[in-house]
Amino acid sequence: MIAETVFNQGFEVEGGDFVRGGEASCRILEILKELAFPPSIVRRAGIAAYEAEMNIVMYADDGGLELTVTPDRIVIVVADRGQGIPDIELAMRDGYSTATDEIREMGFGAGMGLPNIKKNSDEMKISSTLGEGTRVEIVIKANHGEVRCEDSRPCAES
Amino acid sequence: MRLSQIADALELEMCTTNCSLDCEVTGCYVSDILSDVMANSKEGYLWITIHIHPNIAAVSEFLALGGVIVVNGRRPQPETLEKANEHKIPIFTTKLSAYEVAGRLYGSGLRCQKEC
Repeated sequence: MIAETVFNQGFEVEGGDFVRGGEASCRILEILKELAFPPSIVRRAGIAAYEAEMNIVMYADDGGLELTVTPDRIVIVVADRGQGIPDIELAMRDGYSTATDEIREMGFGAGMGLPNIKKNSDEMKISSTLGEGTRVEIVIKANHGEVRCEDSRPCAES
Repeated sequence: MRLSQIADALELEMCTTNCSLDCEVTGCYVSDILSDVMANSKEGYLWITIHIHPNIAAVSEFLALGGVIVVNGRRPQPETLEKANEHKIPIFTTKLSAYEVAGRLYGSGLRCQKEC
């Protein structure tokens, strides 16, 4: 648990479930909207969470997303139990994919998921152990030089 | 351009219920790669695709898209419509191809809000 946490919730994700895949990220989107984050921040967090969630659905046995919100950042930790990533640098390369034909037929697996997560986060950490699973930590700063005040007016970061 | 005008002009068949067409469409994106749509679509865009599975509703929800046009006469799966109705995302179907739909939209004056 991160200091000054104002919200924390975990969501389970089932590998291979393309019907329910995306529901955890949808819930995260709703929570961030309810917490009154600006639409651009909500959008970036939603896209990053969705891409990471669908990676669990596509490649892992199961896993989950944990959303932690502090006054100045959104942290989404995505951890799965599965095959792991043999070469993270290669996996991060735009266009690289190990997706099956079945996954590609659904419009996934174009090798854009991890780059999309990186593009939409301020910090992204990824670690993986072959045969065990993968952990992705996504950080989105909620202010970019401004912090949200209780009365919603922007104020200088201290 | 209003979504209702587009639906009328292209004679789109509405698949969802409970979705208002009284909204402004801000542009259009044509792709069958979901991550590509996530990376390049903007709020209020119409998305033209051949996909019919529930993730088209999820992607549309994340991006706050104006709606989805499923082409080539394909019909969204029941689970897709359930999700789309829940999130009030209009999904249409048409017998036209993606090329034809995009061409007609461009011809009718629809442009993307920013270059896309």
